[in-house]
Amino acid sequence: MSTLDTIPKTKKEALVEILLRLADDRIVHGHRLSEWAGHGPELEEDLALANVALDMIGHASSLYSYAAELEGKEDEDHYAYFRDDIEFKNIAMLELPRGDFAFTIARQFLFSAFSYFLYEKLIETTDDEQFKGMLSKHLKEIKYHLRHSREWVLRLGDGTEESHKRMQEAFNEIWMYTGELFDLDDADQVAIEHKVYVDVSTFHDQWKNLVHETIEEGTLTVPDSEQYMFSGARKGRHTEHLGRLLAEMQFLRRSYPDATWK
Amino acid sequence: MSDQTNTEWPLWEVFYQPKDGKPFEHAGSVHAPDSEMALQNARDTYARRNEGISLWVVPSDQIVASTPEDVGPFFDPANDKAYRHPQFYSVPRAVKKRK
Amino acid sequence: MDTQQQLDQFQERIDNGEKIEPKDWMPERYRKQLIRIMSQHAHSEIVGMLPEGNWITRAPSLKRKMVLLAKVQDEAGHGLYLYSATETLGIERRELVEGYIYGNAKYSSIFNYPTLTYADICVIGWLVDGAAIVNQTMLAKSSYGPYARANLRICKEESFHKKQGYEMLAKMMEGTEAQQKMAQDAVNRWWWPTLMMFGPNDSDSPNSAELIKWGVKSKTNDELRQHFVDRMVMEAEAINVELPDPDLTYNEETGHWEFGEIPWDEFWSVVKGDGPMNRERIKARQKAYESGEWVREAAMEYARKKKLRKEKAS
Repeated sequence: MSTLDTIPKTKKEALVEILLRLADDRIVHGHRLSEWAGHGPELEEDLALANVALDMIGHASSLYSYAAELEGKEDEDHYAYFRDDIEFKNIAMLELPRGDFAFTIARQFLFSAFSYFLYEKLIETTDDEQFKGMLSKHLKEIKYHLRHSREWVLRLGDGTEESHKRMQEAFNEIWMYTGELFDLDDADQVAIEHKVYVDVSTFHDQWKNLVHETIEEGTLTVPDSEQYMFSGARKGRHTEHLGRLLAEMQFLRRSYPDATWK
Repeated sequence: MSDQTNTEWPLWEVFYQPKDGKPFEHAGSVHAPDSEMALQNARDTYARRNEGISLWVVPSDQIVASTPEDVGPFFDPANDKAYRHPQFYSVPRAVKKRK
Repeated sequence: MDTQQQLDQFQERIDNGEKIEPKDWMPERYRKQLIRIMSQHAHSEIVGMLPEGNWITRAPSLKRKMVLLAKVQDEAGHGLYLYSATETLGIERRELVEGYIYGNAKYSSIFNYPTLTYADICVIGWLVDGAAIVNQTMLAKSSYGPYARANLRICKEESFHKKQGYEMLAKMMEGTEAQQKMAQDAVNRWWWPTLMMFGPNDSDSPNSAELIKWGVKSKTNDELRQHFVDRMVMEAEAINVELPDPDLTYNEETGHWEFGEIPWDEFWSVVKGDGPMNRERIKARQKAYESGEWVREAAMEYARKKKLRKEKAS
């Protein structure tokens, strides 16, 4: 068990834990997507990727803000800029380098599909009104991310020989990181009891169906799920990539902690 | 330099409806490989600031436009048809006052 | 060949303030000049994403990160509007793009300077976007309809670009000593290149008179530059940042600020390709273009297959 692995006791603690998990996923994903700005495969796609990145960072920011409010911290930046990699709770899939366009699309598709089902269930379940309001607003954008990435999986999968190969390789490469999406730990259990999280296994089949259908419609093969699956990032056991990502993201803010940057 | 096949995506004209019940306006154009992507690209390009509530995309080569030579025969004849405009008619003074 | 009668009629339309639309008759040279300046404007928006994009992942707060990303995204949008407007003149975007990444087509030299600190992002917003707005406000009245409309849309969207930069720069000037130092250093580096953005002096600008005659522009390079300097002197004073020109003096008679000699040698050298970042910028754009080829191709191939399947089914 890791030193940072503290199990929340109260509803408030459980909610903060969930807010940070959701937000960390989104800030890290947004960071990777934002690396495309100015480098996209076509001008129109540059705009699209920046839109998704902006949504991700925006979602993270509002989730962090709520956590800050609950914990009495100064603001959302506290969590994004002043925690170290072992304190970040994002899943590893999202911190992997941006890769080529196929990899970016594979990741966005798998994660958007997961977020879509999670948010739908969570909105139904939670009795925290502020949390619910936030999720409902974000869900509209997630639906668009899912549509965008799904359409690209089809086009790259069933496009040219090269795009087919790249799309297949992207799924093969990312597959060992998909297990973490559905990991459930002690903190989740407490959060589920307090109605601020849901049992993710309840929509595992829905996610699988959508993902498998899309991959197959794109004339691709679903990678083997019986392979080794990475896990532990939610509790700070990350890949080596997160440290560098955070070093870049946080360096300016941390170099001048007394300065105002808002 | 890459000049094997022309992979330039076709051009689409984008129209948006600013508000419910309002007529559609031309926003500009985007490149896209097909209609679904044209719609998405139009959304990402021309609706970044809540500009509209609905979008149309039309392949640019499907637009039929009048030519400058048409200007005379198309539009001038309407100039002397004052009877098509409400200002052509007089309204009794008493009715005017009650407006 | 364009006949004198056609040219006269065209000039009459321009002088009457009429807008020229894509299908209207226009002198071949008017079309050529438009393609040149409009595509140059479009390339500048796209290359301009690079120096600012350099700081997205390092922006010092989530708010500033979103502001910067939204701004860089707007630049992609503005490039897109401008390419579309240029395409109405009967030229493909691909040809225009290849013209600058493989050929000699130009973009604004300002983007051939590096962004060294975060203060550069603020100063680009304040000075570079400030200068761009002066230019684009004029171009929104351009005689060519599609170009005027594209600029109008750009101006509307861009007003936040300058404001966010000026606001953050003001905060830095009120901030810690380190922030003030960074801010002043950025102003020192960007001031002269920004003045060069308006182009050479009128006496060295062969295209200017013709563009004004045709209503593409309505003011000369020097007029626009002067308007900009007058405004910036005031704005610099308001936030206590110094402009790096010891010769800046107010002329009571003209009501304008006179400024020192612009380093034109540097200007011409950067225009010709010898600036600190020219090669890197072009390389980055080439890389994006070439590594995007398979994506563009795949989407076209998918569309072709889908159409075929549809035809077969019916």
